[in-house]
Amino acid sequence: MLSDLTTPSRTIAAVGNPNSGKTTLFNTLTGMRQKIANYPGVTVERIEGRLSFPDGTSAVLIDLPGTYSLNPRSPDEHIVVDILLKRSTDSIPDLILCVVDATNLTRNLYLVSQVLDQRLPVVVALTMVDLARKQGLGLDIAGLEEELGVPVIPVVASTGEGLEELVVSLRNTHTPSQKSRTWSLPKPIHHEHEELVDILRGENMSEPAAFHEAIGLLAAEDMGNGATHRFSKNVLDHVRKDHEKLDFLGFDRQTVFVEARYAWITRVCSNVTKKSTSFQNPIGTLDRFLAHKVWGLVFFLAIMALLFYSVFTWATIPMDLIGNGFDWLGVQVTTFLPEGELRDLVVNGAIAGVAAVVTFVPQIFLLSLCLCLLEDTGYMARAAFMMDKLLHGVGLHGKSFVPLLSSFACAIPGIMATRTIESPRDRLVTILVAPLMGCSARLPVYTLLIAGFIPATLLWGFLPLPAVVLLSLYVLGVVAAMAVAAVFRKTFLSDIPSSFVLELPPYRMPSLRTVLINVLERCWLFLKRAGTFILGVSIILWFLASYPKLEHATPAEQLKQSFAGRAGQVIEPLIRPLGFDWKIGIGLISSILQREVFVSTMGTVYNLQKEDSNEGSVSLREHLQHDRNESTGKPTFTMLTAICLMVYYALAMQCLSTVAVVRRETNGWKWPLFQIGYMTVLAYTVTFAVYRFGLFMGLDG
Amino acid sequence: MQPKEVTLASLSNLRPGESGLIREMRPTKTNLRHRLMEMGVLTGSRIELIRVAPFGDPLEVRVCGYRLSLRKVEAESVLVSKDPP
Repeated sequence: MLSDLTTPSRTIAAVGNPNSGKTTLFNTLTGMRQKIANYPGVTVERIEGRLSFPDGTSAVLIDLPGTYSLNPRSPDEHIVVDILLKRSTDSIPDLILCVVDATNLTRNLYLVSQVLDQRLPVVVALTMVDLARKQGLGLDIAGLEEELGVPVIPVVASTGEGLEELVVSLRNTHTPSQKSRTWSLPKPIHHEHEELVDILRGENMSEPAAFHEAIGLLAAEDMGNGATHRFSKNVLDHVRKDHEKLDFLGFDRQTVFVEARYAWITRVCSNVTKKSTSFQNPIGTLDRFLAHKVWGLVFFLAIMALLFYSVFTWATIPMDLIGNGFDWLGVQVTTFLPEGELRDLVVNGAIAGVAAVVTFVPQIFLLSLCLCLLEDTGYMARAAFMMDKLLHGVGLHGKSFVPLLSSFACAIPGIMATRTIESPRDRLVTILVAPLMGCSARLPVYTLLIAGFIPATLLWGFLPLPAVVLLSLYVLGVVAAMAVAAVFRKTFLSDIPSSFVLELPPYRMPSLRTVLINVLERCWLFLKRAGTFILGVSIILWFLASYPKLEHATPAEQLKQSFAGRAGQVIEPLIRPLGFDWKIGIGLISSILQREVFVSTMGTVYNLQKEDSNEGSVSLREHLQHDRNESTGKPTFTMLTAICLMVYYALAMQCLSTVAVVRRETNGWKWPLFQIGYMTVLAYTVTFAVYRFGLFMGLDG
Repeated sequence: MQPKEVTLASLSNLRPGESGLIREMRPTKTNLRHRLMEMGVLTGSRIELIRVAPFGDPLEVRVCGYRLSLRKVEAESVLVSKDPP
């Protein structure tokens, strides 16, 4: 799994509230030695890294999703509970690292109290202590250790303060707190709870798990819900009687457990905190502007505009550099290798194919960087807050905002980010429409076709047409997503109203390290795809487009008679109504599994068609512009064809990795198959309509 | 144990800047009561309405030392006794 030679003997799981600084601390502790599995079949379950101790041993550190409580509401929170209650068979933690935000001790201690109930060895890392100090909040660390019965280490991840102590403590803590459970229930409830714990233990449940489950069962509103399938009829009958009894005695069963914990927390907090007279809870003056009715929206639109502007303008400089680099490489290989099949394979198959994709790394870098910064400063929560009403109107959710925005980079992290959405239906609709957001893999296709076929004229004298077309494609994706979501919600996914509960964390300076690790990870995953999948497809395609070899044929005839050419001709009747010919058909077939392959396919197809393979300098764009249909003599690509092709790519699924992730996240083939179906129908219909409309308006097909 | 004439208002009826003491948490349509309590929105806590989102929903409140956003439909089931201005 991890590349080091020694196998870590221990597993440590990091838990904490969202925004508690858990991930920053995790990154500081593990550095770049972490692994995010992110591929078909092995989608992210968790992020894990290696923590090395001074004595040379090491442990696996798992970064669990942030949660407020061990009574899970979202899929994200279910993961945490399954691991802490040892319900999942893999990665049973030996030690829990509980991350607690010192500036919000009260709410953070609620989760701590639930974790302590699990009787596992626990170390508490107290983050944001520098902020707490600044706010005039004094904390008695020794007192807190005494109250909790576990080590408490104050840390400041940015300066490294307390990290050494934390690592030593993680190394040396092997036993759970020796204190008995510290919070207590009112008498009658306590009695019923103990009785239920005994019954559960009689059914082979461990004491800590029984303790937790008994609370959940007693607090449950009724027993009709699906959450009870884990328990025997005996247990459920007993619980029903308990409910009747406690309800008769006038207990509010839900409230009583929460209040009992908070009673303990309030006592602990008043014992260990000293608020100086200057203590002030920050009001968040920034939000007077950033979440303002008018200025907040203006700022929001400006941020979105800046985000896309930077991706489409600043990124072009390094992109050109990379492109030139690959051209240079191709020329070098051409001079070193003797003419023949091998050179053809390397230059026209491998290099051309991979270059077409690697060029887009700068854009992915910039886009992930912007998204990561917005997330880590705390602005994304405000965006979700401001957009909830609009998204709710079309059947989505404020929390759909981050997944949908991430999908502009790539639908895979976007779909995985939906795990924070509590309502299963809100989540499903978000997953279903996420691939319609213009992901970065569409960019290579858009960029190539726009540069080739959209004249750089000004619309109404001031708007550059290529930019307008590009923007329209993104708007098309968003509008389609909203419309589809609304239709789904009105038809087969209408149900119970969902809720929106979201913490608005204080604005914070993002940790450079965390941001960089995240962004580099995203770029690396993209490159890995280019190096494996796309390289493979490029080589296979080169083969299919070069064989069977014909004697004395022109390159164009050769292509037409090749395997790829024949396949393109087979589907031509199907795509003719959209204005596409068999050469585009080759592109469509090859990009069924991954859309950006279209560009490398076109690269391979047209490089092979070159009369003289040494001419080198003619770009793919120019090849496309000059290509003609050999029977009619008309250009293969016109402005209308290019637009239709881009509309098709904007709406079609064409991504194997997304299908795999959706299958995983929805536990089955039903929804991914449905998604492929509706997206294909949508893409075909809209493209057909655009083509007909274009012809009607007098454009050349 | 009837307190002196207090008229309870729902949190959704407060105006930005107004605050109150939570007196009752009614069950919400969206089954959110338990989670809200776990996040510190408890009977006896002070809660302040900070602002309303640009399109009129959701609300931003301060409770338990942090800021939280919830929809009006959920805020309706949080009953408070308003603090004097």
